[in-house]
Amino acid sequence: MPQWLQNLADRFYTNFISENRWKYIADGFIVTVEVTFFAVLIGIILGFIIAVIRSTHDKTGKLKIPDFICKVYLTVIRGTPSVLQLLIIYFVVFGSVNISKVLVAIIAFGINSGAYVAEVIRSGIMSIDKGQTEAGRSLGFTYAQTMIYIILPQALKNVLPALGNEVIVLLKETSICGYIALQDLTKGGDIIRSRTYDAFMPLIAVALIYLVMVMLLQRLVAGLERRLNSSER
Amino acid sequence: MNGEPVIEVKGLQKSFGELQVLKGIDTVINKGDVVFVIGPSGSGKSTFLRCLNLLENPTGGQILFEGTDITDPGNDINLHRRKMGMVFQQFNLFPHLSIMKNLTIAPIKLLGKSKEEAEKTAYTLLERVGLANRANAYPNQLSGGQKQRIAIVRALCMSPDVMLFDEPTSALDPEMVGEVLNVMRDLANDGMTMVVVTHEMAFAKEIASRVLFMDGGYILEENTPEELFGNPKNERLKSFLSKVI
Ligand SMILES: Nc1ncnc2c1ncn2[C@@H]1O[C@H](COP(=O)(O)OP(=O)(O)OP(=O)(O)O)[C@@H](O)[C@H]1O
Ligand SMILES: [Mg+2]
Repeated sequence: MPQWLQNLADRFYTNFISENRWKYIADGFIVTVEVTFFAVLIGIILGFIIAVIRSTHDKTGKLKIPDFICKVYLTVIRGTPSVLQLLIIYFVVFGSVNISKVLVAIIAFGINSGAYVAEVIRSGIMSIDKGQTEAGRSLGFTYAQTMIYIILPQALKNVLPALGNEVIVLLKETSICGYIALQDLTKGGDIIRSRTYDAFMPLIAVALIYLVMVMLLQRLVAGLERRLNSSER
Repeated sequence: MNGEPVIEVKGLQKSFGELQVLKGIDTVINKGDVVFVIGPSGSGKSTFLRCLNLLENPTGGQILFEGTDITDPGNDINLHRRKMGMVFQQFNLFPHLSIMKNLTIAPIKLLGKSKEEAEKTAYTLLERVGLANRANAYPNQLSGGQKQRIAIVRALCMSPDVMLFDEPTSALDPEMVGEVLNVMRDLANDGMTMVVVTHEMAFAKEIASRVLFMDGGYILEENTPEELFGNPKNERLKSFLSKVI
């Protein structure tokens, strides 16, 4: 075996095999996926509700107070760094209770992504021609039914790529979990680095894992988009 | 029974902010009437029509639909709208739904019809307008004339008591106007109560039972097509007719 290859194999062994160090990465991977998945779920539900409140207010002038609350939420979340939001939720909001860090991260990132998802969905709702609402209402559908059966299906389809992007952004954003000493994928790689004093191997490995996940998500979104579009051809 | 009032409009007013578009409209639309509304652009024809099913909220006056004052906030307008079909200039079909779903979604969700029942009705109506073979197509696969015929069928699927048309042929290429007018003519001959806003004067002459001329926020003349077109009395109607015919 050539010397350089032997070297690489040794480093691979020290970083991932010896003392079962790969487990930092595997466990971190699970945490990252968990946090991203549930945060996206919360974000979509939250964003959806906010988008409907905001666009209902924009279109009808109703829901003044809920709309105001939503606006404050959007301003605060989009106007402060997400690291700080995570720290505040961990140390201030849940400072005095014993709560799993994964749960804290899910809540923090869920609340964070809700703000971005809300604006994406709202722009989707507002982009649907007003004639669609009128056609729905003239048949006898209520405002809510018109939203559910006619506006939202079209709006969501239009914003699907943007929502997919939001998931990708969030996945990468969760790499700040280390700030509350939650061992996610990034933190896992960094722990190995601090044990082996080898930065290259663990960090590049972690980067590759993120990259593969992002590329898979991109393909998923593209596939979904194709399927939705084909239903209209 | 013919002759019963379907819609009674009493002192109808509508303002958009400072702009008063309707200043006091009174008219009665009886069962089986085919009422055409004509008038210059911006005279408030669409606003009048859209007030009839409260797509625009009147700022004054009353609209009685089958005896009920629908402008009374205590009334559930959604129930009344089921019986008032509306056809728009821009068709407004639902692009995310197949033609069959466009036609059946309201009867299924609102009237509680079964899918089979709703599709059977839709299919019969589609055959009447010659589009039965497009049931599984999507709106953007259709021509403008086909879309508008589907839009008419969509309204008919709710078995409305009155049909409101707002310039149904104005967005169409000239060669497609005829197919839509044919469907409307059939409907009128079947005794459907219709209110039609249009610039198609020849069509109004042909099938209207009554024509309203609107300008400046009022109905300035209201008569049979023979009288209104043949012997107009109002000066503004005369000058309007001299420009459009
Ligand atoms: N939603 C609205 N807000 C403000 N002004 C409006 C609104 N809808 C209509 N108007 C105004 O009311 C007036 C009457 O409009 P309307 O659409 O009823 O006219 P119309 O007779 O249907 O004209 P056209 O033949 O061009 O369709 C116009 O001056 C129009 O600009
Ligand atoms: Mg008009």
